[in-house]
Amino acid sequence: MNSAFPKAAAAILEVVDLSLDYKLANISLPALRDISFQIHAGEAVALVGESGSGKTTTAMTVAGLLSPNAKVTSGEVRYRGKRLPISDEEAMRPHRWNDLSVVFQGAMNALNPVQRVIKQIAEPCSLKLGMTRDEAMRRARELLELVGISAERGAAYPHELSGGMRQRVMIAMALACHPSIVIGDEPTTALDVITQAQILKLVTRLRKELNLALILITHDLSVVAESCDRVMIMYAGRIIEDGDVAEIFENPRHPYTRLLIESIPDPTEGKRVLKPIPGDPPSLRNRPSGCAFRTRCPSAMDICAVEVPFLEIEQSGRVACHLYSAGSQEPKVKSNV
Amino acid sequence: MENLQVHFAGRGRILDRVLARPVAAVRAVDGIDLTIGRGEIVAVVGESGSGKSTVGRVITKLIQPTGGKLFFAGRDVTSVEGFSALRSYRHRVQMIFQDAYQALNPRHTIFDIVAEGVRSLRLVADDDELAERVAGSLSSAGLNPPEDFFARFPHELSGGQRQRVVIAGALAVEPELIVADEPVSMLDVSIRAQILQVLTELRTQRNMALLFITHDLPVAWSIADRIAVMYLGRVVEVGTADQITFNPRHPYTIALSKATPKAHPATASEAISALDGEVPSAARMPTGCRFHPRCPVAVDHCGKEDPPAVAVGPNHEAACWLLTK
Repeated sequence: MNSAFPKAAAAILEVVDLSLDYKLANISLPALRDISFQIHAGEAVALVGESGSGKTTTAMTVAGLLSPNAKVTSGEVRYRGKRLPISDEEAMRPHRWNDLSVVFQGAMNALNPVQRVIKQIAEPCSLKLGMTRDEAMRRARELLELVGISAERGAAYPHELSGGMRQRVMIAMALACHPSIVIGDEPTTALDVITQAQILKLVTRLRKELNLALILITHDLSVVAESCDRVMIMYAGRIIEDGDVAEIFENPRHPYTRLLIESIPDPTEGKRVLKPIPGDPPSLRNRPSGCAFRTRCPSAMDICAVEVPFLEIEQSGRVACHLYSAGSQEPKVKSNV
Repeated sequence: MENLQVHFAGRGRILDRVLARPVAAVRAVDGIDLTIGRGEIVAVVGESGSGKSTVGRVITKLIQPTGGKLFFAGRDVTSVEGFSALRSYRHRVQMIFQDAYQALNPRHTIFDIVAEGVRSLRLVADDDELAERVAGSLSSAGLNPPEDFFARFPHELSGGQRQRVVIAGALAVEPELIVADEPVSMLDVSIRAQILQVLTELRTQRNMALLFITHDLPVAWSIADRIAVMYLGRVVEVGTADQITFNPRHPYTIALSKATPKAHPATASEAISALDGEVPSAARMPTGCRFHPRCPVAVDHCGKEDPPAVAVGPNHEAACWLLTK
């Protein structure tokens, strides 16, 4: 079991106290607050959250792919101990593809529709690794085989491939320059169940073969259960729980995590009656004071409206909830999973 | 529904059209039989291209089938057309679409959106009755207090609230059957359970039948009495929700259920297993059993003849040569 906590080996990626705002005409919307985590080589970590939780913004910050109106207000991202120039498009260039790469959700939009896919895979090889045309094409053929597509299919244009095949092409491109971290932004969300299983299997195999660290962004907890070691749950711009996957499913600490797990139908557990979480996730424009989840939380206390709970080390993971903060001795609710 | 078929004429390639070559029909739905009882919830499960949405559109008469018959309350409604006949059919059968963002007119108030069906079908005598009907529907769909929503516009609501407005609009005409096409797949997980709960309550409160179209087997299991699994235009297996979930018999249903990520890692004893290959195009249908090119247990005969549906248990049927003896 991978523990969420400091290992002897140095982290390959460290995010320290990251906060980020989206600037609109005359207001700032708080997209991320105090995000801190570490990822080790070969580790698969999921970032789970609903729309607006900040999961994609977190990953895009790490990749240095921020939209122009995003402003990092504090904190930094370190790659192998060195600070990444995340707000500087130009300076990030040597890191993208070579150190970390991204697999986006909509492969159809991310691929060039009028270029054969093998050439698109060869492009980063020649641009970033300085390969000659022939070398790059050879590498592209290797990469295609690696993701389970015959090299001849590389002559196809994106529209001639199915959704699953296009996603494989995206993965091949992401691996082109031997990165140590791959970020998958909902890579299987648009796919059918069986295709999704094929892609998850492929990703898990490649990750082990190439010792890749994976950051998987998803809203689907059940995808996480099968493909990641660790999961970080985000809500309204903060990480609210972080820990080992099996541990979190077995014993979720944060009320939001617990309710999230309870709201997934699970035939194997005979869990047919769903317990919906009341209310809606808060918008960026009006985040509740204190703990953002308190308005929907069944165990909210007075303090929750006043103070933001810190993400504190709790057993083998971290949790941000006043039920577990130093002040209160015993959790007020018992987790019933 | 009996032997329902929807064949779309393929557009074909330009060359085919120039030479007036016959174009293969796209057999979106190809001979399916399905019944939905009063007050029953039936889920149709399948991947993209299985024809599940087409089935929903035929039932709501948005598409005319090319063959087969459609019965509603004992009457053959296959050939019902024309404004007034369709109007009374739509009074009894309503549809909920996946994308609540597109299903709502952004310039209409929530009141007008929900009232639209009631007004056009002239179901109420006066404005008081209309307001009462709209309020009742909003509140059944879980939007409370309903009066707070009357004057609001779709953009002021969250995704989950919008989907509730769509549901309220369908409810307002008090139909006997609602066809819901992937009503929760665009919603956040925490909102999904709310909508499923609303839909389940409608059956209890109003004895409404529901045809629930989804790609998600656990969701289907959680809401439906019976599940029909579709592959390439055919129903390959149909049975109670428990039979399909815990005792699937058709190799495709088994593959689907194995590919579904388990919500609980402790129970995910076997690693995710996936079929190879992809769903073939409905314009180039495999011979014999449609699933045989991908089927892990296919035998010679499967490529030659289409398997009939056989009973594999009480109210449980599957179409597979291995199950006929």
